Amino acid sequence: MKAVLDIMVDFFTGNGFIASFIVVGLLCLVSDFISKKITKGRIHASAIAIVLGLVLAYIGGVVMNSGVDPATGVQYKKGLADIAMFTGVGFLGSSMLRDFTIVSTAFGAKISEIKKCGLVAIIALFLGIVSSFVFGGVVAYAFGYKDAVSVATIGAGAVTFVVGPVTGDALGATAEVITLSIAAGVIKSIAVMLVTPVVAKKVGLTTPRAAMIFGGLMGTTSGTTAGLAATDPALVPYGAMTSTFYTGLGCLLCPSVLYALTELIL
Amino acid sequence: MIYGVAILAACMFLGTTIGEIIGLLTGVNSDVGGVGFAMLLLLLVTNCKKITNLLPNGWEKGIQFWSAMFLPVIIALSASQNVYSALSGGVLALVAGLAVVAAAFLFLILLNTLAGKVEAKKNSKEAEQ
Repeated sequence: MKAVLDIMVDFFTGNGFIASFIVVGLLCLVSDFISKKITKGRIHASAIAIVLGLVLAYIGGVVMNSGVDPATGVQYKKGLADIAMFTGVGFLGSSMLRDFTIVSTAFGAKISEIKKCGLVAIIALFLGIVSSFVFGGVVAYAFGYKDAVSVATIGAGAVTFVVGPVTGDALGATAEVITLSIAAGVIKSIAVMLVTPVVAKKVGLTTPRAAMIFGGLMGTTSGTTAGLAATDPALVPYGAMTSTFYTGLGCLLCPSVLYALTELIL
Repeated sequence: MIYGVAILAACMFLGTTIGEIIGLLTGVNSDVGGVGFAMLLLLLVTNCKKITNLLPNGWEKGIQFWSAMFLPVIIALSASQNVYSALSGGVLALVAGLAVVAAAFLFLILLNTLAGKVEAKKNSKEAEQ
């Protein structure tokens, strides 16, 4: 019996990418069942699947205790995918396949809708970055970080979890502050995934235009696309289109203009 | 079917290259909007009859397959987030992350309503003419 179990675990470890299809397929099956039978269709199956994914990611973190890989010395940070037999899930959910499938969703989107929203989408991008930076910075200040470098780094982390460390490195922030900025960005991304399907109708997130503004304001590509997927898959390409400019623009603005302004104020 | 997948991959390649070049020019040293450019390229190519007429039937399936795989990828992505350490990042990270999302939703209502009014005005002007 143990031998059979070993063979099965070995398959998962040795063929991670293939095994990830089984894992995600099962997750979808369970989510579909919960959506149809328990919530009577009120909660979208994809929203449930994303929540279950996050729960598994948390369990992965607990199991590995957020430690360090003994072989490579690299800090564990990929949730469920840190467990050897589930590494394939990390590959399936990597930024390479994320971006590839996001691009494919453009097939079927309407060029006219995108053209119509050009200006308001650009406004949303700048407003999104500046407001995230300001709110993140204000919270950092309220929690006792009074120096411009720390405030700007945590503010940048609230833009996205990529912009935080980029800004922190550029400004010479402490490791503790950089870690905090990443945590703030990940919380933002997770919050967007979870909150979007719940509030979408109330905030008018039902049209391609609203989705483009939404992508520009939120920015986090993972959060935005997952949130929209759980709301209405037809809106995904529009939100992704603007959110994909957000991190780059954030990396441009945060360590330069926005940091200079922070220094002036403090 | 492979042609659809190849077109998709080529669009991602070109889009990312454009994004990286913009990143180089602006000194960001990372991809600026590569995925966005790739999406626009894919739209342009697949809407161009001159190109698609050259392809054998069924090329669309290659793109549609990956489009359908989007949700599974996103579920895998959510399962590989660093939820544990984000939640142990303390109250500051939690408050900052949530405050920013709440603010962005308020701005969404504002901008979307404004854009709707501008569009309505434009439409009524066009109707008058």
